[in-house]
Amino acid sequence: MVSSTLLAGALAATEPSPLLPHTSELIVGLVAFTLLFLFLRAKVFPMFEKAYAERAQAIEGGLRRAEEAQAEAARALEQYRAQLAEARTEAARIRDEAREQARVILEQLTTEARETAARIVTRGEEQLAAERQQVVTQLRAEIGRISVELAERIVGESLADDERQRRVVDRFLAELESSTATTAEQR
Amino acid sequence: MSILLAAEGDGFVSPGPSDFVYPGILGSFVTKPILIIVLGTLAVGVFYYLAARRAAVVPDKMQFAGESLYGFVRNDIALDAIGHEGMKFVPYLATLFSFIAVLNLSGIIPFLQFPATSSIAIPLFLAVVSWVIFLYQGIKRQGFVKYFKDMMFPPGIPWPVYILLAPIEFFSTVIVRPLTLTLRLTFNMFAGHLVLLLFILGGEYLLVHYGGIVGIAAGSVSLLGSIVLTFFEGFVQILQAYVFTLLSALYIGGALADEH
Repeated sequence: MVSSTLLAGALAATEPSPLLPHTSELIVGLVAFTLLFLFLRAKVFPMFEKAYAERAQAIEGGLRRAEEAQAEAARALEQYRAQLAEARTEAARIRDEAREQARVILEQLTTEARETAARIVTRGEEQLAAERQQVVTQLRAEIGRISVELAERIVGESLADDERQRRVVDRFLAELESSTATTAEQR
Repeated sequence: MSILLAAEGDGFVSPGPSDFVYPGILGSFVTKPILIIVLGTLAVGVFYYLAARRAAVVPDKMQFAGESLYGFVRNDIALDAIGHEGMKFVPYLATLFSFIAVLNLSGIIPFLQFPATSSIAIPLFLAVVSWVIFLYQGIKRQGFVKYFKDMMFPPGIPWPVYILLAPIEFFSTVIVRPLTLTLRLTFNMFAGHLVLLLFILGGEYLLVHYGGIVGIAAGSVSLLGSIVLTFFEGFVQILQAYVFTLLSALYIGGALADEH
């Protein structure tokens, strides 16, 4: 500093020395710089840091929200899938039940029909048997009476030749047939 | 001053250090450099205030500009040169960078057209502030003895070398650093301004006073060259602000580092 002052002093006669600081500039510069530093440190730079932090947070928050939304969507999808699977199982169960019921009903109906048919057949057979019995009983009485009548006629007629006998029998049978026919018609 | 001399018919007087001395505007205290310091400081303060006023998540142009400047010093200078401890020094370094840049750029701003940093007072006190900060941080972090011992006696060297190395290390760290910071900035601005003056005043002299075809042609080239040089000066002015800030950050980072 001493040497630079000397140098400046030596040069002062002709040219001012660029190495010699001006006191006024030192003071004003230092004060201005200090004030600027204090102002910027207090009012400006914290705001920038705040903006940076908020921006970072906003971006992170956005990412987190997006992740949450995605997770929510995945959960909903999973739920729908589960519900769909449940519904399918339910439908399959109902279908199986219906099929089972149909089978049971069919079986029941078949059994019933078979029983009804059997009952009808049995009743018909019984009726047939009863009618046959009736006919047999009737016939039996008729045959007795007819035999007696035939015997009376045979005995009453002359027994000269077989021809006559045969005619008698034929006539008898014809009568018998016609009477049977009338009986059948009457029925 | 040189124009007056030239007009008096003494021939062209090339610009020199006397062109860096301004008479007082109001009294002898308020000179042009003083005015530029005040205006520049106000401009930086107002610019940053407008940029930071809203501090919105989605920035407007002004906020974006302020944040970019601040973010550049924060991320590319402070955090790069100092590391994770750099955040503590960001306000100082950002103020330093903006302050130097504006006072450099006053050299090419119309009507101001004088880089206040070419006057040695400003680089000097800024260098002293950086010097105090890095020495203080080094002593605080490592202790007075250990800091200077690590600085002057780096381990792993045969002891006779220390006779030579210790004074050199001390000299280069404690004395040369603030000096080079000061002189690099001052004389980059000084020389740049001098060259611009030479091209502009010389061009004017050739064009107006020398005259003739040669004078007009040479003067035109000189004035056109001064425009190109003005843009180049703008680049140098930003670069020197960056260099000053980066070196300050590196010195602080070196003082905080455990190993030397």
